[in-house]
Amino acid sequence: MLNPNLKLNPKIFNSDVEQVPIRKGFGQGLLKAGEINKNVVGLCADLTESTQMNFFADKFPERFVQVGVAEQNLITVASGMAAMGKIPFCSSYAVFSPGRNWEQIRTTITFNDRPVKIVGSHSGISVGPDGGTHQALEDIALMRVMPNIDVISPCDAIEAKKATLALVRTGKPAYLRLAREKTPIITTEETPFNIDQAEIYWIPDMGLAQAGIIVTGGLLYKAILAAKELEVEGIKTKVMNLSSIKPIDVKAIVSLAKECKAIVTVEEHQIAGGMGSAVAEVLAQNFPVPIEFIGIRDLFGQSGTPDELVEHYGMGKNSIKEAVRKVLARKV
Amino acid sequence: MLLTEEKIKELATKANDIRMSIIEMLVEAGSGHTAGPLGMADIFTLFYFHILRHDPKNPFLEERDRVVLSNGHICPVLYATMAHAGYFPVEELKTLRKFGTRLQGHPHREYLPYIETSSGPLGCGLSQAVGMALADKMNKKDKDRFIYCFMSDGELDEGNTWEAIMLAGKNKLRNLIAIVDRNNIQIEGFTEDVMPLEPLQSKWRAFNWHVIEVSGHDFRALNEVVEEAQAIYEKPTVIIAHTIPGKGVREFERNYKWHGKAPNKEEGKMALNELRALRF
Repeated sequence: MLNPNLKLNPKIFNSDVEQVPIRKGFGQGLLKAGEINKNVVGLCADLTESTQMNFFADKFPERFVQVGVAEQNLITVASGMAAMGKIPFCSSYAVFSPGRNWEQIRTTITFNDRPVKIVGSHSGISVGPDGGTHQALEDIALMRVMPNIDVISPCDAIEAKKATLALVRTGKPAYLRLAREKTPIITTEETPFNIDQAEIYWIPDMGLAQAGIIVTGGLLYKAILAAKELEVEGIKTKVMNLSSIKPIDVKAIVSLAKECKAIVTVEEHQIAGGMGSAVAEVLAQNFPVPIEFIGIRDLFGQSGTPDELVEHYGMGKNSIKEAVRKVLARKV
Repeated sequence: MLLTEEKIKELATKANDIRMSIIEMLVEAGSGHTAGPLGMADIFTLFYFHILRHDPKNPFLEERDRVVLSNGHICPVLYATMAHAGYFPVEELKTLRKFGTRLQGHPHREYLPYIETSSGPLGCGLSQAVGMALADKMNKKDKDRFIYCFMSDGELDEGNTWEAIMLAGKNKLRNLIAIVDRNNIQIEGFTEDVMPLEPLQSKWRAFNWHVIEVSGHDFRALNEVVEEAQAIYEKPTVIIAHTIPGKGVREFERNYKWHGKAPNKEEGKMALNELRALRF
């Protein structure tokens, strides 16, 4: 059942569950951040509306910088603004930022310790019809490998809004990963969100869980659906929302592994270097258990509808259920 | 600011001292860049001892002018000038590139917080300076101070530089002044052979900058063009400063082979003797 302590969306299992793009939560969060803190500024590389920075830009035109199609400049200009006390949010598609401008992020943001927030929209395979060039499947790996940066991948629009507001206060660099497609609303305004804290969203009706499913991003919804069906089939699971990939909640992950002794990770990202790899690093050092990884298996994406692609690349509800059965069979 | 004959003499002596420090620190380090730092010694001296609004005893003074060094590899001249200006002891220059030093091989703000940015990878200093000037413009502080970006001609090969030039032109950043070290060399040879930059003036002008060319070793002329740049109200200014790489040591001058290497003990001794002979 849904964890009753977290005040999650009670309508999550309705067929007409509200669906909102995760990026929209960022747009609303940034607008609010702008109202709360006058040092917040927005920079965009010719994608203001599709990254949802338009709400901020319309309300605070004097605090918005349009840099044109120039992602390297986007980041380095933001670094300079941060040097003067601003809290810059830089938005583009994840393929371009942090894709194209990785070294600039390293030198001028993380190495230079400037509190710039890099917002990568349109991440994952569910970008859909635009095809493989536009589907960022490597961005988590690119960002989490760098010292001195937080990496946050919210599960829905409401969490994205909370994450945006939280990042204003951290005083350090961050990468915020967003998705384009409409995603079911899982949380509510009352659901707790803390950058370094992972929460268990799904728990067994009673007793201990046999497997733990750790998810980052919008696939959390499919994982919860899978957990619900597995429960009916007599397999008890817990589902964790790991929206903060860095810093990573070691305590929560180890405690889940100790209870279940079998883990499945789920993300719209290459398996190599992604959230699953981060979880594996934690468990290998603290409490090794069998892990199954749901994600992209060393491939580029292609055109299609988000659902077609999620299914094709083995990241849908049935694939998650299959991975749970597989990991249970591997349990010692 | 008025530059008297007496002050010019003083600056020339100081620049010579700084060149000697550069040689000493490079010999001690055993690696590093020689030509660029020697070539920029006059300009750095003029800025830190005459032009900049700054206070070495109060390095985080809010109203200070900002100095962004984009081509971080010439940091020996930055470190030596800052030491002579009083930011830290001149003796510390001998720690350049050594374990535990504040004077990292390329500038790192975490180790030496008195510098405005970390740098080394080329082509991203100007855009940081643009960001600083944009922030000043937003805060209506662009009449209170100047943002100076020291950059190399070689890094004009980088696309990021031109993205920054375009954005600065668009936003008419009046308190942004770029100083290009036009020494005509880069690692693999002369700039016009590796990747021709000329006509450099008209390129910047086409991007809506005010452009001035000047000798990088003439204190009076340099001071005048900085005053001109400060007086330009409606656009950013670039000063293309023609410098002699390796300036002050005949053996090193205009020779791109000295771009990226340090003098050994013997070469250092020869260089110091030559510089000592130039003392006023």
